[in-house]
Amino acid sequence: MKVLMFGWEFPPHITGGLGTACYGLTKGLSHFDTEILFVVPKAYGDEDQSFIKLADAGDVVITERKNVREDFWSNFRYLEVGSNLIPYMDPEDFARIFKGKIFSHTEFSEQVFATKFTFSGSYGTNLYQEVARYALIAAYIAETNVFDVIHAHDWLTYSAGIAAKNVSGKPLVVHMHATEFDRSGEHINQKVYDIERAGMEAADKVIAVSNLTRKTIIDRYGIHPDKVVTVHNSVEPVTLPEFKLSKGVKEKVVTFLGRVTFQKGPDYFIEAAKKVIDKDPNVRFVMAGSGDMLNKMIKRVAKLGIATKFHFVGFLQGNEVFEMFGMSDVYVMPSVSEPFGISPLEAMMSDVPVIISKQSGVAEILRHALKVDFWDVDDLADAIYGMLHYEALSKMFIKYGKIEVDNLRWENSAYKVREVYKSLV
Amino acid sequence: MRTICFYFQVHQPFRLKKYRFFDIGNDHHYFNDFENKSIMRKVAEKCYLPTNQTFLDLINEYGDKVKIAYSISGVAIDQFEMYAPDVLESFKKLVATGKVEILSETYSHSLSSLVNREEFERQIKMHRDKVMEVFGVEPQIFRNTELIYSDQIGEYIADLGYKAMIIEGAKHVLGWKSPNYLYCNAINPKLKLLLKNFKLSDDIAFRFSNQAWEDFPLTTEKFVSWLNAIDPKEETVNLFMDYETFGEHQWEETGIFNFLRALPNELFKNSNFTFSTPSDVIKSTEPVGAIHVPHPISWADEERDLTAWLGNELQDEAFGKLYELYDAVKKKNDPQIWKDWLYLQTSDHFYYMCTKWFSDGDVHKYFNPYDSPYEAFVNFMNVLSDFIIRLEEK
Repeated sequence: MKVLMFGWEFPPHITGGLGTACYGLTKGLSHFDTEILFVVPKAYGDEDQSFIKLADAGDVVITERKNVREDFWSNFRYLEVGSNLIPYMDPEDFARIFKGKIFSHTEFSEQVFATKFTFSGSYGTNLYQEVARYALIAAYIAETNVFDVIHAHDWLTYSAGIAAKNVSGKPLVVHMHATEFDRSGEHINQKVYDIERAGMEAADKVIAVSNLTRKTIIDRYGIHPDKVVTVHNSVEPVTLPEFKLSKGVKEKVVTFLGRVTFQKGPDYFIEAAKKVIDKDPNVRFVMAGSGDMLNKMIKRVAKLGIATKFHFVGFLQGNEVFEMFGMSDVYVMPSVSEPFGISPLEAMMSDVPVIISKQSGVAEILRHALKVDFWDVDDLADAIYGMLHYEALSKMFIKYGKIEVDNLRWENSAYKVREVYKSLV
Repeated sequence: MRTICFYFQVHQPFRLKKYRFFDIGNDHHYFNDFENKSIMRKVAEKCYLPTNQTFLDLINEYGDKVKIAYSISGVAIDQFEMYAPDVLESFKKLVATGKVEILSETYSHSLSSLVNREEFERQIKMHRDKVMEVFGVEPQIFRNTELIYSDQIGEYIADLGYKAMIIEGAKHVLGWKSPNYLYCNAINPKLKLLLKNFKLSDDIAFRFSNQAWEDFPLTTEKFVSWLNAIDPKEETVNLFMDYETFGEHQWEETGIFNFLRALPNELFKNSNFTFSTPSDVIKSTEPVGAIHVPHPISWADEERDLTAWLGNELQDEAFGKLYELYDAVKKKNDPQIWKDWLYLQTSDHFYYMCTKWFSDGDVHKYFNPYDSPYEAFVNFMNVLSDFIIRLEEK
């Protein structure tokens, strides 16, 4: 079976969990006689290409606009208006950062006639342009390649997915790794919501990464339950790197690792940290990651007077993540809304016990993790304190958590995805 | 006889290197040696060496008539010794002419006067010893970091035996009074106060090259005519500024050095002003009254208060946590600990954490090695966390 897959990022060039999930899933699918043409906006050249064929959308040459069908052309113009957002970044941020740099409609039209497309390849400055161009290229690729199913990951690629479906008539699967409600709470961006819903309505099947997400899709987007399937994410077994850094502090370390945004609940982590430090000053807290709430969080830590015990390390990538886990005694994911959440699984693989919020998809499949309500700061502080001080507890979580996570396999997730494909062709 | 009293601040902080959480407990070297050296060399070439030469030439040309005063922070002297011995030599030459007065200050250009009298006095003594060792002169007049002053700080200084102090002529403190007189401390009238004429000082230091300024370009004729316009009864015009004004804040291309070279001639020709050192001024002049400063003032920004260094959450946490450590540092009594403790107190570290950039943006941003005050704070706190670990070690 041949699959045309649209993503936005792929390891090692990732800014969030989406790239990691795409990697695991495609690798898992490669065990099941599946051929994947994975399209990302820009291939950097050093991705692991051993198991999938990676297309570089930037190398696609479109010689004539005529190659694109008329009905797509009209769709495409619509998409251009609708795709004014960056994942992992809210609209205000986008407007602030890229003020004055947004391409005007005129400029954009000129770009369409270019014969070769180059993508900046990250969640970057010319997003308007890139998303729309991505859809255009999707249509082109759909016309010039043979495949059985189209699979699009997250709203950014839905425009591409729909375009490819219109061009080829092949079934479309859209994969919801996060919903707009996860990213923005109740203050959703209507345009993003509309794109997500349009993608799911145009799709023949919708894959949700957890039952939590599936419920949101059904309740908030009005998608028919029969069309929505849950396939939990998994985690890729890794050989832990040789640690170059040695832990310099003697205190136990409690770690938050993720984007410092509303969705991830960094503020609850800080409030809980304060409560723990008040009780036991011999603990250090680390917040790894960056995001629109970072400065506010730094200010809060200063205000609480815990800045010599609470450290910010910025965004970590690749091995640095595992180095950080190597120094951690507890990992906390206090997400306000987390469709899945792969990082607790990575922590568990590194023998770090985890505390996760009940509002996360990963809580549905994990047994050996402490689960708390994200808003219950007392409960969170209590869990951290317990994990740090009651060795029996942490030892048990480390031991059984490791077994539990070792039994998760991307092949299992991929098998279910493959079943979804089969039901459509 | 009326006089101009020139005093220049010479200071360079030991800037911190990028110090991450992973370094805590592993790496006890906190300073960005490369950056500190490059900046020192750059400022030496652009400012210190040419300006020192200019003053040396003027002193040679006019003899007794050209006099100036410097305050050189201990951390700047340390960096001269490490990276720019040529600059130190040229300062020594200037001091050797006898026309140049060196003032007393805290060794590390610190804010210790606000919270810890013992540390404040320790640093003053350290600086005094250093000045005597390097220049062979004993400073008689005190100037505090960033001209920070309050009645109480003045009293501390009087108790140490200083005869006078240099302070900001802040409008909200002076009211209708003129800065062009000698004043005294409100608690101990023995301590005399020289007040900065911020209008004329800032005309040179900040506005000299500002083309949007209505008086641009500033010529010596214009400047001397302003001096002549001052009420003849007002005796002393105190022009205090950062030494880096010459060649660094105001680039050579702005004509700042030509202005400096031409000023004495214009002054002697067309006015009855002379140049004096602060010590000359307090010998020849009597205070006209006391100045009341219950809350600390400084020479920074429009507000002339402490908000460039203290007041926001980041600054207060960093400053508070640092000075909490004093007893532990003392108890440890280790030379390297004392040294790092000293360098960490430099006011610049707190200045980088200032969040009011948007009003006084230009000056703050120019000297800031960090992209944001948050970054400055995180870096400083990481360093401080390591410092605390060292204090706790047996």
